Amino acid sequence: MNIKNEPEAVRRREALKDRIEQLRRMIEIRAVEERIQALFSEGHIRGSTHLANGQEAVAVGIAKEINFRDVVTCTYRGHSHALALGASPESIIGEICGRSIGCARGIGGSMHLMAPEVGLLPTFAIVGAGIPVACGAALAAKVKKTGAIAVAIFGDGATNIGAFHESLNFASIKKLPVIFICENNLYGEYTPIQLSTPIENIAIRGSSYGIEGRIVDGQDIDAVATSISDAAQKAREGEGPTLLEMKTYRFSGHSRSDPATYRPPGELENWLKKDPIKLFSSNLIKENLASLELLEQIKIEVTRKVEKATQKVLASSEPLESEILNHVYENAETKL
Amino acid sequence: MKLRMRQAVQKALDDSLASDENVIILGEDIGAAGGAFKATEGLMEKYGSLRVMDTPISEMGFLGAGVGAAIMGLKPVVEMMFIEFVGVALDQLTTQAATMRYLSRGKFSVPLVMRASASAGQGFGCQHSQTLDHWFRGTPGLKVVMPSGSRSAYGLLRAAIEDPDPVIVLEPRILYGVREEFDVDENYRQPLGKAEIIRNGEDVTLVTAGAMTSIAKAAAEICPAKIEIIDLLSIWPWDSKTIFESARKTGRIVTLEESQAASGWGGDIISKVLEQGLDFLKAPPHRITLPDAPIPYNGKLEAKYLPSPNYVSKQIAALVSTNVAPKNWWNEKL
Repeated sequence: MNIKNEPEAVRRREALKDRIEQLRRMIEIRAVEERIQALFSEGHIRGSTHLANGQEAVAVGIAKEINFRDVVTCTYRGHSHALALGASPESIIGEICGRSIGCARGIGGSMHLMAPEVGLLPTFAIVGAGIPVACGAALAAKVKKTGAIAVAIFGDGATNIGAFHESLNFASIKKLPVIFICENNLYGEYTPIQLSTPIENIAIRGSSYGIEGRIVDGQDIDAVATSISDAAQKAREGEGPTLLEMKTYRFSGHSRSDPATYRPPGELENWLKKDPIKLFSSNLIKENLASLELLEQIKIEVTRKVEKATQKVLASSEPLESEILNHVYENAETKL
Repeated sequence: MKLRMRQAVQKALDDSLASDENVIILGEDIGAAGGAFKATEGLMEKYGSLRVMDTPISEMGFLGAGVGAAIMGLKPVVEMMFIEFVGVALDQLTTQAATMRYLSRGKFSVPLVMRASASAGQGFGCQHSQTLDHWFRGTPGLKVVMPSGSRSAYGLLRAAIEDPDPVIVLEPRILYGVREEFDVDENYRQPLGKAEIIRNGEDVTLVTAGAMTSIAKAAAEICPAKIEIIDLLSIWPWDSKTIFESARKTGRIVTLEESQAASGWGGDIISKVLEQGLDFLKAPPHRITLPDAPIPYNGKLEAKYLPSPNYVSKQIAALVSTNVAPKNWWNEKL
């Protein structure tokens, strides 16, 4: 690892201790993703992107409960997690637009976001690939006695792949300090879960490996946070892994080219009633921590911030051609 | 001192575990059982079951764990009992380990070693006898090496473990029990990317690797042509300087590979030699390879399938005496 502590990302992470900041981050994630969708239509983004709107409570709930020295592996649906964990909007929008101010200098793109200074490895574009890697990070923490834990974030589709099962088995038998987090958004790419997975609750898959599985309301940031906090404590105390199933929903299709016409009528509308941002907002109002005026002000501030980041990205340079050949190996002479 | 190759591997692992607390080893039956080929004997007892860890039969799980542990600063040495077993875990090597440095712009690296027993000659049949270097050689970000005996097994493994990038070490299984003169020097390293000229000759340059190195040496003893043998040692990246200089000197180049013709490393080497120009070549380049067929079990057929010293000697004698490339055996009438 070759990581300088980046105070800004760490500061953004630490800010999540505050409940208003948690809401602000969820609103920021939604705004960044909406802006990304627009940038796509405007021709600034190549390839594909995978939005996670509707899943913001999972991302912020995880980020607020784990330490910035803990390690996170995540899938290509990772905009929300990168932002939640502390990456700045311009580093994320910049990467997705392929610019040199992007978190990977425009080399990775939407599916390979990272925030090394707060523990996020480059996100994994192969379904399931990050799960064994998280076990390895947990193994390193155990061997080096760092006290860190590892967190593997993946979708429901990944729980039918060998990497998931091998990792749960390995982590359980070796009692590794790792949390397996399944974001069950009910669709594996274009296919509804009931056509790919013969059980309703992914959490029960933990029992085959002697791992506690827990079903969590992924639209409720407090429920997410509690489950993470419990699992993290268990991992840090040497009690091994936990499988958490976050019941959630993506309001968009699989990728930017998918209009999601396969959804049954009414399903999206029902889930929109459980919009995690609305739920959390009304909870904060009930708790007298926020007012409608404050919520309005946050939205305006976030929109302004995201627009400023976007303009900075669009004014920034493309990566140099020399980046093509950099960082293949440590030693530049390792080529013919 | 004569040392079997498996003892040299064991010693390299032992010395690496002793000198760097970040080195761990992972694999099936490597701990309590001491390894399927006894290359890890006694290490679990000495370093404990956290640093010398037996794993389930779960290659994707433990190879991926090796990748993750390497990213976090350990130096894992993962054993694949037979190289074919990596097929169920390949993503972790060719897609994850190989691109981690690139995608993270150098912020994360994967100082992982995957060592595996490889190659044919012992009747293990077609799913336990391949070399498969080509699965990795074409992937930027990975390095591939192949020892040819005890000394290079020690030197390459220690260099691979110290290397900052993922390295695949293909150990010819048939050599584990073979003794070679090697006085262990804990400072001995075989630098990655460097070949060795192990026999001088004027008529022809013969580039080879792994188990074929001893076939080349035996062939040179009986061949009328004077053969210069280069032990490639690093399959990727390979030592172009040593090969180009020797080819210029002898004017003829032959590769001897335990790989199928269509996929072998010799094709890459020959094309790069040809790019140097045709002025110094007295004869067409020639490759001695395996046929493009799986590996047969029957002893007589496996012996035919693999290049023998006699076959190699005849091929090279024909090339040197006529300056015309000889046919491979499967192109002649059987």
